[in-house]
Amino acid sequence: MNYQPIIQRTRAYLCLDCGKCTGSCPLARVDLDYSPRRIVERVIFGEAEAVMADPHLWSCMTCGLCSARCPSNVDFSRFIVEMRAEAFRAGERGIYAHNGILQEVMRIQTMNVHQDRTGWLEDDMQVSEDGEYFYFAGCLPFFEVIFADLEVKALDIARSAVRLLNRAGIAPIVSNAERCCGADLMLAGDVDSFRRLAELNVETIKASGAKKVVFTCAECYNAFKTDYRGYVGQLPFELMHLTELLSEKLGAGKLELEARPGLVTYHDPCRMCRYLKVMDPPRTVLASVPGLELVEMEDNRERAMCCGSTAWVNCSGCSKLIQKEKLHQARETGARVMLTTCPKCQIHLTCASRDLDAEQAVDVVDLTSWVGQALA
Amino acid sequence: MDNFQPKIIAFACNWCSYAGADLAGVSRIQYPPTTRVIRVMCSGRVSPMFILEALRGGADGVLVTGCHLGDCHYISGNEKAVHNVEMARSLLGLLGIESQRLRLEWISAAEGARFADIVREFTEQVRELGANPLVAEQKHTVREGATLS
Repeated sequence: MNYQPIIQRTRAYLCLDCGKCTGSCPLARVDLDYSPRRIVERVIFGEAEAVMADPHLWSCMTCGLCSARCPSNVDFSRFIVEMRAEAFRAGERGIYAHNGILQEVMRIQTMNVHQDRTGWLEDDMQVSEDGEYFYFAGCLPFFEVIFADLEVKALDIARSAVRLLNRAGIAPIVSNAERCCGADLMLAGDVDSFRRLAELNVETIKASGAKKVVFTCAECYNAFKTDYRGYVGQLPFELMHLTELLSEKLGAGKLELEARPGLVTYHDPCRMCRYLKVMDPPRTVLASVPGLELVEMEDNRERAMCCGSTAWVNCSGCSKLIQKEKLHQARETGARVMLTTCPKCQIHLTCASRDLDAEQAVDVVDLTSWVGQALA
Repeated sequence: MDNFQPKIIAFACNWCSYAGADLAGVSRIQYPPTTRVIRVMCSGRVSPMFILEALRGGADGVLVTGCHLGDCHYISGNEKAVHNVEMARSLLGLLGIESQRLRLEWISAAEGARFADIVREFTEQVRELGANPLVAEQKHTVREGATLS
């Protein structure tokens, strides 16, 4: 097997061996055996097979902090993801979290399914069969079931999103034919299933006639915006995160939000901050909520710490240590509520927060449901 | 469709239900040859993932069996099975797969006849539903794991 194309595409050949990646890596700080620098070095010097067989290949969270700081601009996240795809073809697997339920749910969606996933819609919500906007709910209905014990109330995000869109004068299309975006399969090496899901989703949205697709999940948004192109070509519709749409409507005076007093902090999901550079719209939305005060954590925006786990693979004690540090940063701000725009960050950090005593615990809530709840 | 013989994956716990199935066998009770029995240490071990994977792999039905409530060898494993099967049922609902393809039953080591009855009944139930819709139209697209044959 020739790994040169991966080394070329990700500019890994430019690696200076400076170790800035390992120094920045939130995982390397808690797992002393893990080193992005060493992984790149081993592949370049011909030990790729050994790297593929190493369980550490699946530990990277692809948070992108290393790539952001790399003086040679090596795309380490992509390097890892492409190596995983090779390892997957060779029969290697990461350790699936939650017993692999999420991977199964995603893989079943590549098949001939007739889903019933829009049961969360309520009578007061206006949706349409055709129109300009498509609301892509993603895995939220499945999270609601799988993470019922964590009480993350994933579907509140979807309900709030539709109510907020309605308030802005939009009745979005919500579809039963929508599939999971597949990002978590791609990140865990299963690119064939990812391609199939991408094809099905693009087909569904095209058939709906929508021109704009609105997301509430940072991962779905990033998958469509960054990765789908490479698998299904240019998308014939515009993509936006709900906060981008709302901040635009707020700026044009077409939307007013209800008061929701309180002190909150905001966690930038890695897909939003380092991948897509969408950092201002969520803050603009929060600034438009009367009475709401936003305090920033020590590491915010591009520097934001990761939520500790990605792709439902290799969640470990190390993930928990990263999450606890993140929650500690949140608590240091004085806020007891941390808002985010990625349901998976919410799930991971809620799980970690449950282990903390009341003094240390933080309520992790999705920004969309927080802002939307004031409407209901 | 008359001669459609469903494929059923039956998870049986080591302490009660597997012994129950065994008893059905040694007692020579006749029942349809539709089940592929997988022995697990406890019905609580059957993760929703097992159920989903069985269906993705082409099974037409999944039967989860364990010790009667209160009789679990591990005290409360079968209570966890209730929780897991309920979760799987909700996921099947979202995915549009008929929830009647999944069944949870308690079978003790002495209930060989009951095992046979349940297999007979469940086979009929699945036969009425027909072949697994996931694989009915695309037999060869299972991407990971073997197709059941």
